Amino acid sequence: MMLGKVQVPPTVKRGEAFEVRVLVQHPMETGFRRNLDGQSIPANIVDKLACRLGGREIFSAELGTGISANPYIVFFTTADASGELVVEWSDDRGEKGRVTTMVTVV
Amino acid sequence: MPRVLRASFALLFSIPAWAEGPQPPRSGVEFQSADVRAMQADDFANPATLWVERGAGLWKSPRGERNVSCAACHGAAEKSMKGVAARYPVYVESLGRVADVEQRINACVVDNQKAPALPWESQDLLALSAYVAKQSRGMPVAVRIDTAASDFERGRRIYFERQGQLNLACTHCHDASWGRTLYAEKVSQGQPVDWPAYRLEWQTVGSLERRLRACYFGVRAEMPPFGARDLVALELYLAKRAEGLASMAPGVRR
Repeated sequence: MMLGKVQVPPTVKRGEAFEVRVLVQHPMETGFRRNLDGQSIPANIVDKLACRLGGREIFSAELGTGISANPYIVFFTTADASGELVVEWSDDRGEKGRVTTMVTVV
Repeated sequence: MPRVLRASFALLFSIPAWAEGPQPPRSGVEFQSADVRAMQADDFANPATLWVERGAGLWKSPRGERNVSCAACHGAAEKSMKGVAARYPVYVESLGRVADVEQRINACVVDNQKAPALPWESQDLLALSAYVAKQSRGMPVAVRIDTAASDFERGRRIYFERQGQLNLACTHCHDASWGRTLYAEKVSQGQPVDWPAYRLEWQTVGSLERRLRACYFGVRAEMPPFGARDLVALELYLAKRAEGLASMAPGVRR
């Protein structure tokens, strides 16, 4: 299980845009680098990341080698009702990560 | 004696014995761009906080032949490790030498947990040292040199010694030219606070030893191996030079 975290404001207003911040710990190896012995380091990247709010997908991304290590993703969304926000991602080796947080609508 | 020279001598002798280096000392983060400073100040966006979280987990998990965790002896790190990193490097009685935080952690892993030493710059070692360093956040650096006089002198000698193909000493950049532009960057004062830090160039957290080795590389000098006495001596001298400066570890650097 990979480390990551997600942050939303403590409370949000119904229908008003709020910021969701996601940080994932991952080396994001491009496959183009070589180690000190000259051998190429195999590619290893987080290629899928998706975010669900109350069971409905609100954001998804396909990441590639152009994304830095420890990807930091920020997007805006709205909510009509309180619910659990789930962020899930996986890398090209099938390793998965998952973090959750509560979105409280007032 | 020309008047300028005489004035500079007067200035030199008016500074108290331990106020070495630029006064007042300024943390390396002040020489970073606004983006990097914002990243360090933001506990969510600062990627090094991931290492701190990992370190918090490792602190509680048993390890080694004796199957004990750090917490089994030291309790809550928030209490027992508060201000500890600010006192390092320090002479450690049980080791009989001066050690930095990473070396002290590893000594504990080997001697008390009876586990194999964590490799230099391994994620686990950096996670633990970032976690320990975090507990000294905002506390001023205050190292003892009375118990480590020879290492302190050794560190100071290295600091003022020209080395490498570029034939530069630390002092040429970090005392004589700080604040000026080198390539696209501002030269810092070489203050050792905020380490271990997330360096964007490395795309990972690294120790102060790794950062010092990068400076050796920069002047095309032979890099001392990790854990070398020279590196710890230099860390000790730099810490004394930065006395009173608050550490905001884990930091972010470009």
